[in-house]
This record gives sequence, structure tokens and C-alpha cells, in this order.
Amino acid sequence: MAIPDEEFLLKTTSACAGCPSSLILRYVTKAAGADTVLVIPACCTSVIQGVYPTTAMNLPVYNVAFASAAAVASGMSEAFRAEGKKTNVICYAGDGGTIDIGIQALSGALERGTDFLYICYDNEAYSNTGMQRSGATPLGAMTTTTPGGKKDHKKDLDAIVAAHNPVYQATACAAYPQDLFNKVEKALTIPGPKFMHVLAPCPPGWRFPSEKTIEMGKLAVKSGLWVLYERENGKLTITGASKAAMKKRIPVEDYLSVQGRFRKITAEQTAEIKKTVEENITRLQREVDGIC
Amino acid sequence: MLTFGTGNKAVAMAVRDAKPVVVAAYPITPQTEIVEEIANYVTDGSLDARYIPVESEHSSMAACIGAAATGVRTFTATSSHGLVYMCEMLHMSAGARLPIVMANANRALGPGWNIGAEHSDSISMRDTGWLQVYVSTVQEAYDATMMAFRIAEHTDVLLPVMINLDGFLLTHITQTFETIEPGDFIPPIATPHAIDINNPGGYGTLTPGNTHFKFRHDIERGMKASIPVIEETEAEFARRFGREYHLYEEYRCEDADVVIIAMGTLAKEMEVAVDILRDEGIAAGAIRMRWFRPFIVPNLDGKEVVVIDRDYSFGYGGVLAGELQAKSGCQPFSVIAGLGGQEVTYDDIAEFVRIRRPGTEHWFGVDD
Amino acid sequence: MFEIRLHSRGGQGGVTAAKLIAYAAFLDGKYATATPLYGAERRGAPVVSFIRIDDKPIRVYSQIRNPNLVIVLDESIMELVDVLHGIKPDGKVVINSQKGTEVEGHQTYPVDLTGISLSLDLVLAGNPILNTPLIGAIAKMGIISQESAKQVISETFRDKRNVEAALRAYEELKI
Repeated sequence: MAIPDEEFLLKTTSACAGCPSSLILRYVTKAAGADTVLVIPACCTSVIQGVYPTTAMNLPVYNVAFASAAAVASGMSEAFRAEGKKTNVICYAGDGGTIDIGIQALSGALERGTDFLYICYDNEAYSNTGMQRSGATPLGAMTTTTPGGKKDHKKDLDAIVAAHNPVYQATACAAYPQDLFNKVEKALTIPGPKFMHVLAPCPPGWRFPSEKTIEMGKLAVKSGLWVLYERENGKLTITGASKAAMKKRIPVEDYLSVQGRFRKITAEQTAEIKKTVEENITRLQREVDGIC
Repeated sequence: MLTFGTGNKAVAMAVRDAKPVVVAAYPITPQTEIVEEIANYVTDGSLDARYIPVESEHSSMAACIGAAATGVRTFTATSSHGLVYMCEMLHMSAGARLPIVMANANRALGPGWNIGAEHSDSISMRDTGWLQVYVSTVQEAYDATMMAFRIAEHTDVLLPVMINLDGFLLTHITQTFETIEPGDFIPPIATPHAIDINNPGGYGTLTPGNTHFKFRHDIERGMKASIPVIEETEAEFARRFGREYHLYEEYRCEDADVVIIAMGTLAKEMEVAVDILRDEGIAAGAIRMRWFRPFIVPNLDGKEVVVIDRDYSFGYGGVLAGELQAKSGCQPFSVIAGLGGQEVTYDDIAEFVRIRRPGTEHWFGVDD
Repeated sequence: MFEIRLHSRGGQGGVTAAKLIAYAAFLDGKYATATPLYGAERRGAPVVSFIRIDDKPIRVYSQIRNPNLVIVLDESIMELVDVLHGIKPDGKVVINSQKGTEVEGHQTYPVDLTGISLSLDLVLAGNPILNTPLIGAIAKMGIISQESAKQVISETFRDKRNVEAALRAYEELKI
């Protein structure tokens, strides 16, 4: 569907210049519409809304404790449905609040078949508190708590979520808003637990100039490091610019080399990342082809 | 070595100099710089410790418990929601008699989301069995962290120690401070009940009703025993390193008619209010409480008392005022000020003294 | 006690500048504190830092209400924030200005910190470095010594162009 004009994220946010998350949220809320409550744990979005007594969100936003987003959403969804209301309940959380401290609540909410949409915008660090490493920080990336580059791999959030068999699961990227919009719109038509994992290239965190956010997102997808897909009723479909990337990709180095956070990455780590990219693409292609 | 840094940095440097073996780390404003600095020390080799970047605060205390249980020195830092998120584990660590040291950046609890200085976080954890000290300068943050390891690990104590620093007001302010070579000031840790493969036993097993209370009483014995240990540690620190600390600090109290009592940075700024009041002919004095657990009762005989609580217990009152009243019989003018980083200046503090009404409560910004 | 309020935008190094000034004062043998005031600031939003310098230990933690000196690292902030709020009647103002901006009622010291940095290609993540030339300007005003200014900069920054930037600002600021 065409992207509607109505804005739910108003012009007065406290976001950084070039912020991918506010870009993502803008399209998420356009797709969701007014009959929506956002449940937001501690993350950049807690701050982006602005300071009392005003808010930059033209939707109800429930700000909750860090670990609890999916559990709060669970309760909220049950309550709305018990009252016969179709209100969208959408968790909008960062990677730290999803993959680390929020994983218990997410797992429980998915397992119980909660009717909600959980969107994790992934800037690959605890950005709100100044870029500390999270489980989603990739191998070799510098953060303030991995000053020599992270020595552990990025936790595979999508595999963890897939293990819960949600009714709809997708990935998206801030650089491709139409693809993101389409997926949110579709997801909200399906009852049950839905999950989306959206790449959010963060200028201060990843150390690139504020005007290059979109370019960075495109490099991630074109190199195959981030694959755009959706899985519905067990059927996987590759979407958008990833269709081409599955066949022909730009070198991963083109993506890594323009981010200051990878300044200390070793040749071995780069090779590992490239290997992981190839393995992931092979696996996804097999699933698409029905060979598993 | 004389240096210049924030309260957070001073804590991190003291941790570096005290040499824990395991540090658990999770970010939360406004203590994050502590765990970031420690990450730098571990990376550059100036601290030879295992750094565990845990996935939540409940886990950071859990990881410290696991490490301390083996008999090694451990440290972590937190604040506000992080502290109360680990509440269950605070109880567990004290009950397990583990000498864990933790820095807490005092910050308000939500909702709404507020990251300003407030003591409600640590004060709401006052029943856990953790020792609690409240510091007011960057130097004191360094010194108290150093001393905390020695106090916690003393075999008469074996209880965890929390060093509290006002969020932003002390964590983020840069001041001059001096680092030390501790030498044997912090003796090697020797936890008597550390896990010993050659002497296996069950830890924290099911305990029946005719015994559990004895373990609880043991915790209190450790608390009581900590008072002479604290005093001895502070005296030894003064002897070796030239800086004196006491259970509480008095300023112009000898001939005071009215004393102001508070904790943290307010309690330092309070001294400026005392000077202003003295110039007006009011014989004021200031008592800065440092140790909150164990709770120490200062000598308040014949003095009027104004207490500033940067905390509140809903349905009861300011906690410091309430505990002072309960233990000393004084009738404080209980001022509630500074919650959520509310700005409180020495002029405001002087005014609290001028308008005092003993035995009543005054919410700054609401009741005036 | 000498009190300075420093206005900048998030990401311009204003908070670091405050620490550097306080550190230089410490090297001069004074007591000094630097405090940032954080709001929901992000890259680009206005930020305030406070610096206090005294010959005795500083016991005050509350915000500076009546600064002796106001520093403005980004002129455009003056359209959003009342940078002169509470300034002492004889308080002075240092502004990073390319056009020699003067402030009514207060002795103003405009200095083109941005121009100095750009001329040395002293840029970080797309932003000209403003804090090191600022240190030079503050030294010219006699608040910190030139020696301590140099020491602070050399200890904190490896790139020697930072010292050059400070020296140029020192030359440029007219007392």
C-alpha cells in the first residue's frame, strides 16, 4: 500500500542528527495507524519522545522498565482483547533491551502466543547510555566496553525468535522504508506473536558522518551482511534489495571500512564475518528452495 | 599521585588499585563511565581481572556472587533501577556472607524516567544486609572504595559494601584527587567459607525454622562488628595516607544550637549554608552522615535538628529523619529535597534552617 | 571563587573543554571543578557545563547562577538559550564567532575558534575541534596560565596541531 501522509512521530524529537531509529519509528507508526499503543523499554526512543510535559509522539506510548517490555505488552494485549478491542500493541525496543535484559520476557511472550508485534531496532550497542557493547554488537566492533574490539560473535536473535515459531517474522533496514512499511502493515493483519528485526545504522555509535545513515544501511544489505526477508506460515521470502544481493554482493569490507568502530578489526575477524555472511546466505537460500 | 577526574573515574581507579579478580559490568546512567574505565584498564593490562559484560543487573550481582563464592575479590557498579532490579541478589549476597564491593550512583526511580540524583534507590535496599557509605567528594569516592574492600573482607564482617555517589552531582563532576599505592593496607582476601573442592559442602541449602533465624542473627553480628572494623580501617587509612574519615563528619557543631543532617553532596554544600547562618548570628552546625548501614546515631543532645532527606518512604516519611528520630528521640524538622535531581542550593538549605518547625515535614518545592 | 558557564552543542566537545579548563587551573595550583549539565541532549542539542575555580576547596555542587564568565562555543545557541542569564554585572563573554559578535552590556571577546581549527584541518567526525583553541583563548584572559594550557593539551591530545590551535587563539583574542 502507498505510505500515508499522516505523521505520528512529530517534528520535535530529541533524536541525534541522522538517527535511524526515529526514521524506522516514523514508518512503523504510519503503517500501524492511530489505533496503536507503543510499549517502550529503556532505549534511545525513551529519550527521543522528548521531555515532560510534551511528547513528540502522537500515539499513546507506555514507557516501561528495561527488562519488561514484552511482558508488559503481553498483559496489555490480553486486556485489550478481553475487552474486544483490536488496538495494536507494539513493543519498540533496542537490541540491548531485546537480546540481553529483555530476552526472558520476549521468549515468554512469544511462547504464550501473545497477540502483539515486537520490533527490535538494532544499532548493535547500548546507544542510549553511550555505546556500550550488547549481545548484538558484532565481532571486532569497538564500543566503550570493548575498547579493543569485541571478541565474541553477534548473538543470533533471529534464530532464537524463529525457535518460538512466531506467526510472522521479518527483517528490515532503516535504509529501505517501503519494505519496512509493507512488512509492518502485513504483520498487523495477522493475529498472534509477530517479530521484526530492523537494522539501525547509528552515526555516533558506528562512527560515521550523520548524513550517511541511509548509505550505511544500503551497504549492509548490498554486501549480504543484512538480509531482508519475511517468514510467514513457515514460508521464507527474500525481499527488496536482498533479492539481488543473494546472487551478487559487494565486498563486506566496503561496509566495514567506512565505520570507525571497525578500526581495530583484525584480518581473522573480517574473514570470520565474511564466512558467517556466506553461511547465512546459503542457509537462507536453502530454506527458500525448500531444502533444509 | 595527584590527579584530576570525575567521581566515576575515581571509583574505577580505586578498583584498579584494589585489584579484584572478577568485575561484572552492565551499563546504566550515570555509573557507566565506571565500567567503561575498568574495561580500559583490563584491555591495557593495568588491571588483571576477568571482565564479564553481563546481560542485566540481576546477572551482574549473580556473577559477583559466583565469583566471590570461590574466594576471589569482586566488584560491580550500578544505579537506580539497576540496583532495585538486583534486589533479590542483594539479599542473597549478604545472606551468603560474601564481601562484594559495589558502587551505586544514586539516581531516582521511575516512572517518569528521571536520571537525577536521589537516594531512594539505595535507601530502599537498606534492609538487605549490605553496608552503605555515602560519599561527597571525588577524593572520598576513591578512598571509600579502597577502604570498602578491606572492611568487607575482614573476617569479623564478611558482608558486602555499597559505596554511594550522587548521580551526576558527584559521578560526573571533575575534582582533584590523589591515588595511593595500597600496599598491604588491603590484605589478601581469605574468605573462610570459600568453595573448597577438598572440603565439599552445601551452600544456602534448605534451612528449617529452628535454624534460619540464627543465620539472620549472624548477619546482624557481622553488622555490629563492622563498626569497630570501620573505625579501625579509617584510622589506619589516616595514619598511612594522611586523610581522615569518621562514621559521620561534623562541621561547626561544638557550640551549635541547630544542626543540619544530610548525606552526599548536599551535605557538603550544607557547610556553606552553615557559614551564611553563622554570619547572621544563628549558631548552626552540619553533620554529614557517611555510614547509613550500620546506622550510627550522632550526639544530638540539646540541639535542634533539621534533616534533609534526598529520599522518601511513601506512607511514612523521610527515611533518614525517621531513623534518627527513632534512634535518638530527636524531633527533626524533616525536609524532603533534591528528589530526581531537584536543584538545592546553599541558599535553599539556609532557608530550611530559618523556617524550621520541629516535628514537622516540609517538601521543598511543594510546601513553600 | 571564579565561576564560568560554558554553552555548546552536544558533540562539539564543550564538556571536555570544561574539564580541560578546570584541569589547567588545577595545574596552576588552584582548586577547580567542572560539571556538565545533562538534559535529553543528543548530538546537536544545546549543552551547558560549569567550571568553578578557587583558592580554597570547593564545597558547592549546585548550578552556577551568577557566572563571572560566559563562554559560547556555537553562536547559534544564542537564538535558543539565554546564555547571559544571571551573569554578574561585570561578567565577561567569550564567543566563538566568525563575525566579531559583541554582546550588549558586557565585555565581549569574540574569537574565531572554528576558523582556527579549519585552517589547521583539525576536524573530528566532521566537526572542527573547538576545545583546544578555546584553552588558548582562556589562557590569554589570564584565567589559566599558558604553561598549564599547553601541558593540559599535550597530555590529552596526541595531535600537535591542538597546541598550535591554542597558540593561534591566544594570539587572536584581543584583551
